[in-house]
Parts: sequence; C-alpha cells; structure tokens
Amino acid sequence: MTLLTAVLAAIITTIIWYQKDSRNEMKTGTLSLIYWGASLMWLTDAVFEYVQLQTEYFKPSPADLLNDFFLGICAVVFGLLLWLILVLLKDPKGVIKQALENIRN
Amino acid sequence: MACFLVPAGEAVATTIITKIVKSKEEKEMSASDSINAAIDTQIKIPFSHKLKWLNNMLWGGSALLAFEHIWHGEVVPWFPFLTAAENPIARSEMLQEMSTVGVAMALLVSAVWVGITTASNVIEKRPQQAVKVKAHRGRNQ
Repeated sequence: MTLLTAVLAAIITTIIWYQKDSRNEMKTGTLSLIYWGASLMWLTDAVFEYVQLQTEYFKPSPADLLNDFFLGICAVVFGLLLWLILVLLKDPKGVIKQALENIRN
Repeated sequence: MACFLVPAGEAVATTIITKIVKSKEEKEMSASDSINAAIDTQIKIPFSHKLKWLNNMLWGGSALLAFEHIWHGEVVPWFPFLTAAENPIARSEMLQEMSTVGVAMALLVSAVWVGITTASNVIEKRPQQAVKVKAHRGRNQ
C-alpha cells in the first residue's frame, strides 16, 4: 500500500510537471523524481518480500493494509515538506526576496 | 533495517561527481567560442543536469525510506542510530539486507536513470539537426 501511494503521488506530480511546469520553475519535476526514487526503492523491497512470502504477499490483513496506507500518506506529505523547503530556499520566482525588500523599505 | 543507506551512499558519490562535472562543463563553455559549440550548449542538456535527476531520485528516495524506517522504529535519534546495530545477530542480518535489497535498490534507480538519459539523448538529437541547418543557412545568406 505504501508503494501504491508513492506511485500514485509520482504519477500525479509527473502529470502536473508535464502540463504546468515543464521548465521546472516550481520544482515539480524535482518532486516527481523524489517520488519516483522512493517508488523504485519500495518496488525493490516489495519484490524481495514477494520472493519470501509468495502469494501471501497479496493477502495482507486489514490492519496491516491500513497502517501501510497511513504510512504511505505520511511519506507523501513528508515528500511535499521537502519540496516546500526546497522551493522556499531556492525562491525561483523571487517572491521571498521581493517580500523582504518590501519589509526593508 | 538499513537498506536505504546504500542508495544514500551512492547519492553522496553522485553529488560529488555532479559538482566535478559541472565545474568542467563551465570551464569548457568559457573556453569554446565556435557557433556550433554555442548552439550545442543551447540545445543539449548538460550532463551535470542529467546527473541531478539521479541525485534527486537517490536523495529523495533515501529520505522517504529513512522516514519509513523511523516509523517502524528501526532508526532512532540516539547512538548507534540503528536498532539493528545493537546486537551482533541483528547486525549481520542488517548487513545482509543492505548487500541484497540495498544494492538492488541502488542498481534499479541507476538503471532507470540510464533509461531516462538515453531517451533524452534521442529526443535531443531531433531538434538539434533542424536548428543546426537553420544556423548554417543563416550564415550562408
């Protein structure tokens, strides 16, 4: 479920990057790469788990499913936080710089 | 247990390589002054920029996996930071997981990056020929 949540987040951010931010002004390309990287790593983890558990891998208990989904959502939010910090630090549209200049004047 | 440390280690190495490649590219760009070189730098994506894609995937993926390990109580804020490092049996399991799952993660991300880079090289070649012909025609007129 964590893998599925991360893949969904990666697909959505890639679509947003392709349609609205192909010049990566708002760093949505970077966000999508963060999610794709995590998705690939969780995919590897899932493959190794499948090798161990075989078909049992696809029959998780509802409690495990819910916990994994909750973890996935929290991981996506954590990724968004990383992206937000990156955007605020890089300030690609100069909004923060302008705001600071306005305060100074 | 600590599988994310392998891609994180690769991320450190690729970040250093990116810095070296970027400084080399900047030196080359300031040294070259031919029209074709100028057109190439406008059309072609620098290799350092492509390396940044790999860095973003490795750093981002490692960060989210580290978050997952904190969630499961495998990474803690006190020494030795990894609960598996506290006893020898768990430590050997951790090292085995790093050498199998961790290495596979790093390899898969790198393989996907090679695929993306190859695809972008193919895409770059298409407009490059058209612009070069236009520039050549412009010089001849």
